[in-house]
Amino acid sequence: MILNYIGNFALFFCLILSSIIFFTSILVLNNKNSFFKRNLNELLFFKFFFTLLSFFSLVILFINSEFSNETVLNNSHISKPLFYKISGTWGNHEGSLLLWLLILTFCAFFYFLKSKNRPSDERLLTIIFQELIIMGFLFFLLKASNPFNIIFPVPDEGMGLNPILQDPLLAIHPPILYLGYVSTSIVFSSSLAALMKGNINNLWAKDIKSWVYISWTFLTLGILLGSIWAYYELGWGGFWFWDPVENISLMPWLSLTALVHCILVLEKRSILHSWTVILSIITFTLGICGTFLVRSGILNSIHTFANDPERGLYILFFLFFLIFLSILIFFIYEDKFETNNKNLNFYSKDFSIILNNWFVMYFLSVILIGTIYPIFLEVLSNEKISVGPPFFNKLIIPFLIPFLIFMSIGPNLKWIKNNKLSNKLNLIFLFILSIVIAIFVFKFYSNVTLNITILLAVSFYLFFITIKDFAKRNYKNYSQMISHFGFSLLVLSILLNSIFSNEVTSNMRVGDEIKFFDKSIKLQRLENTKEANFLKLIAHFKIEDKDKIELLLKPEIRIYDKPETITSEAAIKTDIFRDRFLVVNLVKENDYLNVRYQEKPFMIWIWISAILISLGGIINILKKNEK
Amino acid sequence: MKNKYLKIFIIIFFVFSFFIFYYGLKQKHLYTTENSGIQKFPNLILHDFFTNKKTSFEDILIDSNYYLVNIWSSWCLPCRDEHIYLKEIKKSSSVKIIGINYKDKKNNAVKFLDEFGNPYAYILNDKDGTASIEIGAYGVPESFILNKQKEIVKKIIGPIDQKKFKKVLKIIKNEN
Repeated sequence: MILNYIGNFALFFCLILSSIIFFTSILVLNNKNSFFKRNLNELLFFKFFFTLLSFFSLVILFINSEFSNETVLNNSHISKPLFYKISGTWGNHEGSLLLWLLILTFCAFFYFLKSKNRPSDERLLTIIFQELIIMGFLFFLLKASNPFNIIFPVPDEGMGLNPILQDPLLAIHPPILYLGYVSTSIVFSSSLAALMKGNINNLWAKDIKSWVYISWTFLTLGILLGSIWAYYELGWGGFWFWDPVENISLMPWLSLTALVHCILVLEKRSILHSWTVILSIITFTLGICGTFLVRSGILNSIHTFANDPERGLYILFFLFFLIFLSILIFFIYEDKFETNNKNLNFYSKDFSIILNNWFVMYFLSVILIGTIYPIFLEVLSNEKISVGPPFFNKLIIPFLIPFLIFMSIGPNLKWIKNNKLSNKLNLIFLFILSIVIAIFVFKFYSNVTLNITILLAVSFYLFFITIKDFAKRNYKNYSQMISHFGFSLLVLSILLNSIFSNEVTSNMRVGDEIKFFDKSIKLQRLENTKEANFLKLIAHFKIEDKDKIELLLKPEIRIYDKPETITSEAAIKTDIFRDRFLVVNLVKENDYLNVRYQEKPFMIWIWISAILISLGGIINILKKNEK
Repeated sequence: MKNKYLKIFIIIFFVFSFFIFYYGLKQKHLYTTENSGIQKFPNLILHDFFTNKKTSFEDILIDSNYYLVNIWSSWCLPCRDEHIYLKEIKKSSSVKIIGINYKDKKNNAVKFLDEFGNPYAYILNDKDGTASIEIGAYGVPESFILNKQKEIVKKIIGPIDQKKFKKVLKIIKNEN
């Protein structure tokens, strides 16, 4: 009970501290009051500390199952395992916002600690912008989604956590994803501050680079975790569905990916100043825009969770306040950008990075339009549509082809100017090799269209070239090579996966058997067991191929009582060549089970390649710290 | 000068988006399935199994009081058990059986029909399984009974067995 008050007051205290920091920073900025300047560090630390206090209060409330707290009541119950009691803290709207705030205050504190080599007025301005964001979220938390609402009389039992969220992966997915999103706020604030002070130059790029890499790495990992979870928990048998919420998480990642490359150009060549700032603004506002779209219930997607118009309205105002603020600052201070008309050479690394940026921005706009166009259409004409995979595939796949070619050649070029392409023969040989392989696939597999064949050829090309780069043993660029290699592997495994995937769906009863190519799938028996907080129905399947090699798969149906939900746990057999995926669903008022069996080649390589991509980012961060 | 117009355009664009989102929020998002008990069978256009000609359901679903749309496949073993009942149902004059061949190879399907007989008035091809999804089927085997107005009267999930067979007959005969 007492923890409710502690948590609540800690948040209020935070708000007070935040406004103190905000106003004193403005004061210091104007007349250089040195007293506060020295203490700013401590103030920032205290603010972080109080958010931490508030956060831990909520965690303990969850652990003790204190149902006097409304959030705990709605999202937990006594018989839930301890691990999920803790992870349930951020498995709901209020708690996840508190986690968001915690990371936000930590970032502000950490930035101030680590940015001593920047001009002090730029640091102060960054903190001012950061405090604006923090205060925005604090108001939102206290007013529209307070995690410490007290309920009286105290109920005996809670409503329970949505069972599909009771998963170890989903326990770490939000913190990692948030680390990625929130650290983009530092990039955002710092770029606005540096813009106002006219400090956007190669030195700024060098300093802010590590924040860009940190957020990019965490965002990549966060999206990966969510994707793996969707694969085995939702039982759709895929990893990406172009669902609005997935698109929303991908958009900031794309603009951040553009920024990761663009900031390098700014550092090395002192060009693209304004573009870097625009990308920083876009990345962060897209993150907030995502929060708005997901939390307001404006979108219809499988995983929109809080449907409260008041909350939506608040985030909407906050989002557009940030957008207009940044536009205003950008327009006013635009002439502070260094202007230099350096010539760009077509055969240079700089130019290929700019090309990369154009392509990424194109992909981003396709996804943005596909995601918010239905909202615009519904408001303007009351027509309801949903934009699905065909739209994205049609508009993205053809442009991936040149994108991958530039990605293969770009890193092999030098900065500024390349007079002679070294190893020209090598590049051409590998290109021919990839085309031959793709034609081979095209010939022997009738399902493949020409578009896909070309895409396959260029992704093989990128794959070979990155392998060749590894052979060169250029240790300086290891992180880039690993990430690019991971990306080529990702495209390749997604392609092969979609070409060679097979599936069968059927309604089956115990004893039934179906044929799938040269295999037979038999439902042998059903088994009922009772677990701590759910009933389990295990279906025993035997899959036999023509060599009489047997494989037993045991997909489950779980029936939770708090809240009453039925979930399907897919049975997945993974090896390095393919995943065998079997999921069963209950058919209403019937003794039949709906069975879906899929063979998905190279599934594991999709995850491995995404891990490699983020590994590149991690290596880069570690490398920077060593220096 | 050009820059100025761009700035104005950007600001107008964001103001516009703000209002769109604002009104989007005000709209109700409670979707109810538009299902008032009666469900019309969707009019799909598929390829005929034998002639490969484009055929629409509208052209097939004529002159009968009832229609039984059956989704089947040669690789589906329960479909074999079901086949006997389909042939029985075929004897009734008030029903026309239409087959949808689901994700099948033509050779295997033809062999299946040769072996077990063909109760279908028409067979349409659903090679990639999308038509079955549009109809609202879970998988194979599955059957829909439609009345004269092409409304779904009953949906049978899984094969038609002795019990379900009686139910089907009851529907066809009673309401005649």
